[in-house]
Amino acid sequence: MSDRHEPLRIEVDRDRCAGAGMCALTAPEVFDQDDEEGLVVLLRPDPPPEHRPTARMAAGLCPAGAITVGENGDAERAGP
Amino acid sequence: MPYDPPDTDTTTVDSPTADTPTAGSTTTADNTTADTTTEITTTAAEEPPTLPTGRHTGCPFDPPAELTALSDRPLRRLRYADGHTGHLATGHAAARAILADPRFSSRYELLHMPVPVPGMPAELPPAPVGDITGLDAPEHTRYRRLLTGRFTVRRMRQLTERVERFTAECLDAMEQAGPTADLVEALAQPVPALMICELLGVPYADRDRFQSQVAVIFDQAADAEARGGAYAGLLQYLNELVLAKRAEPTDDLLSDLTASDLTDEELAGIGGLLLAAGLDTTANMLALGTFALLSNPDQLDALRADPGLAGQAVEELLRYLSVADPILRAALEDVEVEGETIRAGETVTVSVQAANRDPLRFPDPDRLDIHRKATGHLSFGHGAHQCLGQQLARVEMAVVFPALLARFPTLRLAVPPQEVPLRERSNIYGVISLPVTWDEA
Ligand code: SF4
Repeated sequence: MSDRHEPLRIEVDRDRCAGAGMCALTAPEVFDQDDEEGLVVLLRPDPPPEHRPTARMAAGLCPAGAITVGENGDAERAGP
Repeated sequence: MPYDPPDTDTTTVDSPTADTPTAGSTTTADNTTADTTTEITTTAAEEPPTLPTGRHTGCPFDPPAELTALSDRPLRRLRYADGHTGHLATGHAAARAILADPRFSSRYELLHMPVPVPGMPAELPPAPVGDITGLDAPEHTRYRRLLTGRFTVRRMRQLTERVERFTAECLDAMEQAGPTADLVEALAQPVPALMICELLGVPYADRDRFQSQVAVIFDQAADAEARGGAYAGLLQYLNELVLAKRAEPTDDLLSDLTASDLTDEELAGIGGLLLAAGLDTTANMLALGTFALLSNPDQLDALRADPGLAGQAVEELLRYLSVADPILRAALEDVEVEGETIRAGETVTVSVQAANRDPLRFPDPDRLDIHRKATGHLSFGHGAHQCLGQQLARVEMAVVFPALLARFPTLRLAVPPQEVPLRERSNIYGVISLPVTWDEA
């Protein structure tokens, strides 16, 4: 488990997004949805410390695996 | 906000199994298929059980005891209605992995039914036009993209005031007609019905025409003919409506979609699905949720004392009650889950209610505890098909429960709890009616 206070680098993949809105619900400071397709919009790729826990949580809850969280400003797609 | 992830790192749980929904490719990067050639033979000797049906086991909110007994392993073999040997997923992690994995198909014609459905053929026909729950990418993605923009968190929140106003009207009417009421009729059905009607552009006044049809569609005890008839009736109604919207568009989803390249048939199908889902699911959550709160006075008091807990209470009620269950998927190729190989062509029954009671994910799972963080439950499903209307459902529930409790401080059941009639044989669990009473002020 990574430290909550380490810098985060977030990426989103709109092709994967299913528009379910878990991200915008969970971390509205970091994610939004566009009005046309309802797909994820990344508001803050490097959220400040106070929004990191919810940003992580949103990534974990995303049903489509569309959100990637990298540590130390170094975004890595999860998995191999 | 503190949050305790279920695993060592929730941020990576999803990605390995979730392929790009639009790609339709089979080159899934996956770290769980390292060795699909290893046969797991531990279950081979036992005759697989069949899926327990019915929910009532003493506590109307708990999964059947037989299902809980089968939940000792996250994934096990299951005997299906037609003799097919497939799988049952009851573990939260397994359920989540399967639902997120595009190597599992939602196409009806690939699925085996776990329990016999009266009059239904063993082999299901493909999804009728517009029924996007029975499609995979890329067809599913195409439809879904046309709809998601209408159901965003922001748009649904904008409806809060409308929900509040209509809820207040329903409560007024209930109070005037009281001091007893059937909560289903007085509140749980009208609120979601009005909201989905307004959103779609279906006249609320027409609901006599479709509400009973929707009930039949979800009724497992109804025979195939009755269900088919109800579905046809619903489609016919929507067809007429779609034609009317084409001729004279109004400000609603169906009118907007007439500007897309969808055919009349597709539009009616999608409209019918959204209407049916929007009417029945939330209505059952509202009524059964009220029943659950009334049966747990400490939780009810906590929510009444602090309406700010509503959002959290809603998630917990969704987890605890899991009204829509199960979800079926068919493996398109061999996939390894929890050390077991699910073979291409095999059906997996994902038990949402069992997964939501997985003690590894939710400690003390059989306790209704509105203070717990129940996010991560699978009550809206998971993966590309995760419920489109979930944000609307959340807004409705977060408004209705606190409003009801505030208006009737002495609200209680009007009959003994054992006498509340349950929807035992419906795809959406709930109560048929919920007689409640209160002291007049
Ligand atoms: S939670 Fe995932 S699927 Fe849902 S809108 Fe956000 S990125 Fe898209």
